[in-house]
Amino acid sequence: MIEIRFHGRGGQGAVTAAEILAKSAFKDGKYCQAFPFFGPERKGAPVMAFTRIADDPIRRRYQVYNPDYVIVLDETILEAVDVLSGLKEKGKVLINSKNEIDFNKNIESYNIDATGIALDILGVPIVNTVMLGAFAGATNVVTADSIINTTKETFPGKIGEKNAKAVQVAYEKIKYR
Amino acid sequence: MIKVISANRALAEAVRLARPQVIPVYPITPQTSISEYLASFVADGDLKAEYIRVESEHSAISAAVGASGTGVRTFTATSSQGLALMHEILFAAAGLRNPIVMGNANRALSAPLSIWNDQQDSISQRDSGWMQFFAENAQEALDFVIQAYKISENKDVLLPSMICIDGFILTHTVEPVNIPDQEDVDNFLPTYQPKHAYLDPKDPMSLGTFTDPDYYMEARYDMEVAMERAKEVIRTVNKEFEEVFGRKYDLVENYRCEDAEIILVAMGSICGTIKAVIDDLREKGEKVGLLKVIAFRPFPQEDIYQAVKNAHRIAVLDKNISFSIGGVLYNEIKAKIDVDASSFILGLGGRDVSPEDIINIIKQTRNPTEPDVITWVGLKEEE
Repeated sequence: MIEIRFHGRGGQGAVTAAEILAKSAFKDGKYCQAFPFFGPERKGAPVMAFTRIADDPIRRRYQVYNPDYVIVLDETILEAVDVLSGLKEKGKVLINSKNEIDFNKNIESYNIDATGIALDILGVPIVNTVMLGAFAGATNVVTADSIINTTKETFPGKIGEKNAKAVQVAYEKIKYR
Repeated sequence: MIKVISANRALAEAVRLARPQVIPVYPITPQTSISEYLASFVADGDLKAEYIRVESEHSAISAAVGASGTGVRTFTATSSQGLALMHEILFAAAGLRNPIVMGNANRALSAPLSIWNDQQDSISQRDSGWMQFFAENAQEALDFVIQAYKISENKDVLLPSMICIDGFILTHTVEPVNIPDQEDVDNFLPTYQPKHAYLDPKDPMSLGTFTDPDYYMEARYDMEVAMERAKEVIRTVNKEFEEVFGRKYDLVENYRCEDAEIILVAMGSICGTIKAVIDDLREKGEKVGLLKVIAFRPFPQEDIYQAVKNAHRIAVLDKNISFSIGGVLYNEIKAKIDVDASSFILGLGGRDVSPEDIINIIKQTRNPTEPDVITWVGLKEEE
């Protein structure tokens, strides 16, 4: 079983990202589960969301304490939250940042200027789909095709097309960096 | 068709498939997205029902009683404080023998104010005459609704059903759910044809009349008989459901109990985590099992007894508290079955229950320090 934890701020689409990732894994033939950190959501407040992906039905129903992957949608959250909390030994971190982040630990991390890509393609700084494209590029957990298809289903019409393009750009940026 | 959806959505899909004709709901907090999905289905023409927005949960269940009293299939949904506000009319719905089905998102009651999960809300309605079914996952939420109509509408039962889904843990989690075809559901659950008391202008009668001491006890006794008879009806409906849809249910689910020395007894979503822990411990040779209580009312005492009678000791996990006596499920089992049992109160107001908590419960049950002590799991020490 693979466990992914999303960190973001209310309004950035972390919960939607967790659900798109789960649905994409399902398209790839896996079992899946996605849920928000249970609580009231306020715009701007630190939020978490979780995805579990496995080859067998998923029965566990508690928050993800030891993630295999951490996806950080907002760099400023590092000042408020220990995003590495419980991260598995060979875990990876993917963060929305122009700069490489030194986590001072022996942790494999990827950075991508998701805000730049989102502003460029979507015209708004909503980075959730961009980060999923980057995640598909950084890992073998999910295929970029499934992320693109689920994104189009989640956001029908022009917005979906634009988001799909953003996914593709982010995927290639990380995959062929 | 398998879709990745939440338990709220799964429950709403089941309601759509069951084709109720009247859906009265109070659409404001603490309502769930169940009512939103149903509103969309009705607005989009996917469900032909009268969708009534009322001014409170008390009115929602009252309107459901009125609609059900005319002999039509009826649904409503609520959660926590909303269910508490319905309390008075829940007894009327059961006493009038209205086969209403309701979805309840299990959430804590105020005060202190909380929006998170526990099961105090529905447990506190246990004497209302409603059947209560606790779902472990979104699939069960869907399957239980479809079966509940068939059980409630059975002429030997005619009691309302409450489908209980853990707030947030199920209501806000998406996972794969098999949504049955309308044709299969129509064959399994045909249009409701009331044969008992219902309001029809062509054949006028009175319902819910004043009852003097010569009759009240008999009416209550009839409900007791119906609730007992419901056990057999549930089993029959479970079998018919399995034949059509391939998923097997019973009043309880017996998970690796056969040779178990320690058996955990629990209800709802926590059973998923317990099963995962049991599988891990079984690999290490520990003989542990889970008895999942699906039907809390009618209370399946015989099924529980048969499952736990050979265990050394059982642990009963309650997401509720009846002050000064402990967990309700624990006390009901102790009252009916002579078994060595430990009582655990956990998960109140959304306190997360981890696998380590379950492992500790098993350890503590295996080596009880003192009998009859009630353990509050994860309680913070006083500073």
